[in-house]
Amino acid sequence: MRQLLTLLSGIIFGIGLTVSGMTDPARVRGFLDLFGDWDPTLAFVMGGALIVMAVAWVIQPRMVKPLVDTTFHLPGTRHIDGKLVGGAVLFGAGWGLGGLCPGPAIASIGTAPDIAAIGTFVLAMVGGMLLHKLTTAKN
Amino acid sequence: MTIPGFPDADPLGGLIGGVLIGISAAIMLLGAGRIAGVSGLLARATGIADSGPPWIMALNFIIGLVLGGLAYALVFGPATVTYSPSLPLLAAAGLLVGFGTRMGSGCTSGHGVCGMSRLSRRSITATMVFMASGIATVAIANALGWGW
Repeated sequence: MRQLLTLLSGIIFGIGLTVSGMTDPARVRGFLDLFGDWDPTLAFVMGGALIVMAVAWVIQPRMVKPLVDTTFHLPGTRHIDGKLVGGAVLFGAGWGLGGLCPGPAIASIGTAPDIAAIGTFVLAMVGGMLLHKLTTAKN
Repeated sequence: MTIPGFPDADPLGGLIGGVLIGISAAIMLLGAGRIAGVSGLLARATGIADSGPPWIMALNFIIGLVLGGLAYALVFGPATVTYSPSLPLLAAAGLLVGFGTRMGSGCTSGHGVCGMSRLSRRSITATMVFMASGIATVAIANALGWGW
């Protein structure tokens, strides 16, 4: 049941990203092109998602446990540190360069007309995650 | 539906897609008790992250994402996508996104959607920083003639 629910959640997420046009790097880049030909679509995507999730966060504390698990697994970190900010700077730079973040990149693997482009990005992204693990494990 | 002054914007499609993303994240939260953060789930599904949800659960979400994109294409036809024509640029972008999301513990979904709606100070900070960084990067890239 838990597996089915997670799969369903992924499917709806993938459809949502495609419907909203977020799988198109040119559109995402248009949102970040604030000083050029600005495309505000991404703000509507964020707005729609935030409204639904804000309701979910009101319901969550009133539940003893999630529907298909025995406990909630939520991040408890509150500290704002250099890793958080530095990571966000690097991620934002990559997001601006390619117009892709992890969700839309994965959601377009099966449908992208240019498999070399999306394949290059996704492989490099997994490589970047691996590089992070290898470089932090030493410290 | 268009917004005056922004003929290319798709506010209705954006809003509908955004609500679907919110529903998906709400199913993860209220159903499975987890944050629908794609970078974290991808790192878990590929075996890179040592902690987080069970491996099979992360893998299911990632497979679902791919299936969702395919389902849309089957019903409505292929979505319009325009990638950067430069593979080295896409490789650099991917490296930065992969490294940065692990270092900063999240991306647009985990921090942007799930964390901001929780009013997490960490997520609001991260989202403001990666948006500012993205805006600055696009402005610089355009100035250098790397726009596409």
